[in-house]
Amino acid sequence: MKKMLPFVLLLVVVVAIQLLTAWTDTRYYLTQMTMSAYYALLIIGLCVVMGYAGQISIGHAGFFAIGGYLSAALTTRNLIAYKDTALVRVLDATGLIVAGEDIYGEALMAVTPWAACILAVLTAAVIALILGIPVLKLKGHYLAMATLGFGIIIYRIVLASAYFGEADGISEVPAFQLLPGLAVSGDFGARVSNYYIAWGLLLFGMLLMKNLIDSRVGRALRSIHGSEEAAESVGVDTARFKLQVFVISAVFAAVAGVFLTHYNGGIGPSEASVMKSVRYVAIVAVGGMAHLWGALFMGIALNFLSLRGVFGSYDDAVFGVILIVIMLFAPNGILSLDWRAYRRRLFPRGRAAETAGEGNR
Amino acid sequence: MTVELFIQYLFAGITYGAIYAIVGIGFNIIYNTTGIINFAQGEFVMLGGMIAISLMPFLPLSLAIALAVVITMICGALVEMVFIRWLDSPGVLRMIIITIGLSILIREVALHIWGESIRSLPYFVGDEITTVAVLGARISPQVLWVIGVCGLMVLVLSIFFKATSIGRQMRACAANRKAAILCGINTRNMVTLSFMLSAGIGALAGCVMSPITSTEYDIGTGLAIKGFTVAILGGLGNSMAAVGAGLLLGILEAFSISVMPLAFKDAIAITILLMILFVRPHGLFGSSTAAGLKEF
Amino acid sequence: MSLLAVTELHKKFGGLHAVNDVSFNVESGSIKAVIGPNGAGKTTLFNLITGALKASAGQVQFKGRDIQGRKTHQIAACGIARTFQNIKLFHDMTALENVMVGRHLRSRAGFMAAMFNLPWTRREERAIRDKAMELLALLEIADFADVDATSLAFGQQRAVEFARALALEPELLLLDEPAAGLNIHETADIGRLITRIRGLGITVLLVEHDMSLVMDISDEIVVLSFGEKIAEGVPAAIQNNSEVIRVYLGD
Repeated sequence: MKKMLPFVLLLVVVVAIQLLTAWTDTRYYLTQMTMSAYYALLIIGLCVVMGYAGQISIGHAGFFAIGGYLSAALTTRNLIAYKDTALVRVLDATGLIVAGEDIYGEALMAVTPWAACILAVLTAAVIALILGIPVLKLKGHYLAMATLGFGIIIYRIVLASAYFGEADGISEVPAFQLLPGLAVSGDFGARVSNYYIAWGLLLFGMLLMKNLIDSRVGRALRSIHGSEEAAESVGVDTARFKLQVFVISAVFAAVAGVFLTHYNGGIGPSEASVMKSVRYVAIVAVGGMAHLWGALFMGIALNFLSLRGVFGSYDDAVFGVILIVIMLFAPNGILSLDWRAYRRRLFPRGRAAETAGEGNR
Repeated sequence: MTVELFIQYLFAGITYGAIYAIVGIGFNIIYNTTGIINFAQGEFVMLGGMIAISLMPFLPLSLAIALAVVITMICGALVEMVFIRWLDSPGVLRMIIITIGLSILIREVALHIWGESIRSLPYFVGDEITTVAVLGARISPQVLWVIGVCGLMVLVLSIFFKATSIGRQMRACAANRKAAILCGINTRNMVTLSFMLSAGIGALAGCVMSPITSTEYDIGTGLAIKGFTVAILGGLGNSMAAVGAGLLLGILEAFSISVMPLAFKDAIAITILLMILFVRPHGLFGSSTAAGLKEF
Repeated sequence: MSLLAVTELHKKFGGLHAVNDVSFNVESGSIKAVIGPNGAGKTTLFNLITGALKASAGQVQFKGRDIQGRKTHQIAACGIARTFQNIKLFHDMTALENVMVGRHLRSRAGFMAAMFNLPWTRREERAIRDKAMELLALLEIADFADVDATSLAFGQQRAVEFARALALEPELLLLDEPAAGLNIHETADIGRLITRIRGLGITVLLVEHDMSLVMDISDEIVVLSFGEKIAEGVPAAIQNNSEVIRVYLGD
């Protein structure tokens, strides 16, 4: 139950923030808090791959974009021209297509958000699987470049194809009706409910990842980071575990992409850019690499500041500087550094063994 | 395809290929002395072009280029001295992230100094419509400049590494750093020197290519990917093979335009990169045993 | 039938024959040592048996099944555990966690079960922890269970690695120079420990330089020189073998 304490605390803070914004009439902060929560969902997924399993990925914006773009395209692109094809008829018969009218009164047929969401997330998972099999055999620079290359290819595809709206991206994405009366959308009236949807999703994702890390699987992943040779020698199928965790983190990224796209009502090519992928890596690094809570808090804090426009035109530069400074001075992340110093200050006469453990770092 | 068109494409390919080769060699020089892949390699090319363009109003072209190369070399040395020199045996992951951070930083600084506008140096001889006839095709003399200068750089570099004492010391660092230290070679200075060298050749390449391809604050990432592709294709650390690989990639790209949409031109390099990484990470010309000895 | 049968095993690196047509058997319940001068191919032999390297030719049979060519983790799953010459512990993990990873093959929670923390995975987790603590106690390092493993003293790190290997409950344990870097007392301790491990019903194959240790505990010895087997037999016979003396002392 000790494990649940941070979750309960965070839930209290989440509710408190909502009440505070309602009380001080600053509800507009909730918009950025909602968006930050979705980005943080991607970041905790990346944190498990990078920090715990030790596999760098500079292409996670690609998975986010696959989720976001596919669900956006499927729910907005008009299928009326294909309404007599077998596939569309089958989809229509199974209730996976909604028919309606657009703002000009033209007939409109598109895939329902639920079906689009599932299809988008599955696609991301399959692509991660196909990409991961060869890529995760690579190490170090090679892995970094290969994932970077994947990210650039996704960016080029969305930028060059008319189906994904080229440089304009896709807009007017409809609301995502999760349950009756609960929809992911950018409506002002739904701001509070969307805030709770996003944070609920993030907390749920965090719970899954936290469970994963504290398990047999989590230990196996960390052992791969420690020494792949030794991990194999105790029977860990390193290739399979690396692949599985890569796919799971791609699913987290894709889910974040789907939800944020419905919330924003659209998506643009900048979401697929290399700079976004690098930004996610930077946030995981600041959070302390192998530190899920650190990744979550940094994911919220830095994205919130960035979305509020605090960094102005230096937005990308800020993340570049963060990367360098953290890697130069605190490669284990700022949170872990502070916590350790804190602990030493609070319990100066800690167990001798513990200080011995820290002295060697 | 007519013979003229074929030659036109071929020269375009060689021009770009020469630039990729220089960026690839830049990767190799630093990789050999440090084991680091410097993700900011493409930014040196951008810096060289941009600085030369900014110096143009005050200096004649040749001096502007020379000064730009020197300034970029100083930047390269500073980058190494400020960010890398004092790190105590950093891990690969840490170095990757630091050099990525550097590349972003240099790019953002360039954005704030020069803005988003596309600039270029004037043509060295004549202007954009001047051509010379080569084998029946009309080629810009700048193309010959690019090929000539890049070829000369490769030649000078190979003489430098083979025949000069400093060059041999750098190769000693590449072969076995600890043994080099024991022989009294100051490996730290060699690392700084390798950053200066690769910044310098990148900057010069950035200047000669600028009239044709123009210079923008964000050309670095694309060039870095292609330079890395070339370095990998030739086998990491093997500079002469990188020249061959660079020309191969440039020519492939040039001919791809005739069969594919322009937007997918960049995808070729990345596809080749991914294929090579999956099939032969030690490069087309490298040996797997030698690659296995490198620390990865 | 022998537990492990190595038949005409061969490994070439370029033109170098690191292991050259080596054959020997390891009987169930015995302690067998592989000795030889530096560069004789002992560690290469280990890497071939554990699947870290692929043989150029020859066979490795474990319990009658051919295991040569399988992946390392599959060979571990057959019941072969190992330790490393230069200790390979998982950094940023405690001694206990290191040993818990050793229980990997004896537990089965997968990604989904772990993420949803099902009741049976919680039970399994407790069992893993109990067994790992038991092993740490066996090796007398239970006090350091929660210490970062790589910050322990050298001898303790070696003990953690032993515990991790034993956590697999292997039938065959490969020890790559278990006494390297240890003083006389610690070496004697290791010797007693290996004998005790054999007492648990685990067969041991070790590579070792320390002759006193090898002669003390081994039932049989294989001598390698430049990749070839030059002698095999009980310790007393090896000590008097003229070829072995020539290789070790020179002509």
